[in-house]
Amino acid sequence: MALQPEAQPLVTSQAAVSATKSKGRWAGPDSAIGRQQERLGWMLVVPSVLIVLLVAVYPLIRTFYLSFTNERLGSVRPTRWVGWDNYTRLFDDSLFRHSMINTIEFTVISVAIETVLGMVVALVIHSEFKGRGMVRTAILVPWAVPTVVSALLWQWMFNDFFGVINSILIRLHLMSASHPKSWTADPSTALGAVVAVDVWKTIPFMALLLLAGLQVIPSDVYEAARVDGASKWYQFWTITLPLVRPALLVALIFRTLDAFRIFDLIYVMMKYSPATMSIAVYTQQQIGNQRIGFGSAPAVIIFLCVGFLAFIYTRLIKVEEV
Amino acid sequence: MAATEASPTQRIVTSRDELNQIASRYRKKSKHSFGSVTRKMLFWLLIAIIVIYSLFPFYWAIVSSLTPDSLLYKTPVKFWPQAFTWDHYSQVLRDGGFLRALLNSTIVSTVTVLLALFFGTVGAYALGRLHFRGRTIILYLILSMTMFPAVAIIGSLFIFVRQLHLYNTLIALIITYLSFSLPFTVWVLTNFFKAMPDELEQAAMVDGATPLRALWQILLPMAVPGLVTTGLLAFIAAWSEFLYALTFTIPGGNNTTVQVAIANFSGRTQFEQPFALKMAAAVVVTIPLLVGVLLVQRRIVSGLTAGAIKG
Repeated sequence: MALQPEAQPLVTSQAAVSATKSKGRWAGPDSAIGRQQERLGWMLVVPSVLIVLLVAVYPLIRTFYLSFTNERLGSVRPTRWVGWDNYTRLFDDSLFRHSMINTIEFTVISVAIETVLGMVVALVIHSEFKGRGMVRTAILVPWAVPTVVSALLWQWMFNDFFGVINSILIRLHLMSASHPKSWTADPSTALGAVVAVDVWKTIPFMALLLLAGLQVIPSDVYEAARVDGASKWYQFWTITLPLVRPALLVALIFRTLDAFRIFDLIYVMMKYSPATMSIAVYTQQQIGNQRIGFGSAPAVIIFLCVGFLAFIYTRLIKVEEV
Repeated sequence: MAATEASPTQRIVTSRDELNQIASRYRKKSKHSFGSVTRKMLFWLLIAIIVIYSLFPFYWAIVSSLTPDSLLYKTPVKFWPQAFTWDHYSQVLRDGGFLRALLNSTIVSTVTVLLALFFGTVGAYALGRLHFRGRTIILYLILSMTMFPAVAIIGSLFIFVRQLHLYNTLIALIITYLSFSLPFTVWVLTNFFKAMPDELEQAAMVDGATPLRALWQILLPMAVPGLVTTGLLAFIAAWSEFLYALTFTIPGGNNTTVQVAIANFSGRTQFEQPFALKMAAAVVVTIPLLVGVLLVQRRIVSGLTAGAIKG
């Protein structure tokens, strides 16, 4: 995962728009001060722009190009243009089709659960009670744990013989001690196990973003609803949910973008197992095997899907602003 | 008292709304009814569940890492530590490969963050406080780079790293990590500088200071809290990074990061699964991040808040 999802909430597209608005103290490009600012501005920003072009933009363009070649590291065969070959082979590969289904399944299920549970946690922390600050600190812990570590912690908890989860289930008589379930080894539950870890790790992010959205709702709205005798449940659907929508939308999109490119969790828990293979795991396996040309095709597909989601997101935000 | 204040002998109730208000005040007084007690208990139960759910996996890692192997593989599982040993920690911390990986991660994350903060601050100052043509395009470029998936460029970065003969080096990781940490720091710090009042460096410039001097002497000292938080978030991202480290270094080798090392942590024999050692290593890798996050947690939460409200 390149950018931690948690690191992103500071990033919002409306901020981009406002950051580009002139503050009105610019003397214009032709004045002496304006020209001086113009030169200095470029001088200061050029190093960052060059680095970003070199390590992100250029590689991205090159990935598109590579996906139409048979580039293979360590091969004596000359690299040549192969047209759409990689893409037709990709969609002919049942493992890739399976990895797409896994990715979509994982994204939809995990984001749905995280949104609902994140909302519950946010509503709880939003209400006033003793020790609220401590609870807020406690829920930050899963957020700070690196993804690889979360995968290891849960792998141990999911262990069929010595894992704490099966032990609890056996104690509750929900599972027989002689036939403990191997959650990660059984293909029918493996993806669910991955979802469980992702949910644990990501609820804090959801909850904190939604909490921020809840905090901007003025309390007199609720006061008025209470006076009118509206139930808490009714208040949630008619007041809270519509007013928290912008924050919910931001959280949803960031989570979707992030879930779609899931790699770390699946790789550490399941390696290249077909039962849980995501598009990103498929891509990394091809690249790791030096098949750069063919491996660039699924990379392009991830990029296009994520780009499409991000595009919808910026559209939605613009609509919100009007 | 609510009741006397609203007493009709003192004031005449004028509207239905006000009547309802008075009624609700009376309703509130019956605090100890059966329903409200159950509601309170359910609420605290929910809080307990949330706290236990959040903390249990890490608690469990700590307990397991401190449990002697003889007890670790005993069923049924005990939820409280039965015996206590530092063995796993001393074993992990004497493991040359793990220590090496810990050092590598420290170097890579620190250098990445310092570079990103340096270039990021300078760039963000220009984007946030100076006016020049092309600024909007650059801002959108940076923003889109904060969102795009790392795995999308892994193939071309692999060639890039190979061609520069940087495969399996820390430099390869530092360079590739900049692809996500630099856009992030530029973006966050631009918004940060943007939010500072205009008068700050105007006053300095009236006194004859150049814009760079104004940045150095006035804005930068004020930006320290923002720089620390941004740096910490970038550090967490670099420290936790896995995909590039796995692909651009040799997993069992001397130049890999701690995330790759613990993911490939295995016992001396192929069939031994050293769970207690894994947990000890996991705790060691996580503690620095937890300490950092807890130290600046207020600011992380308010940072999240600032971002979300704008959205």
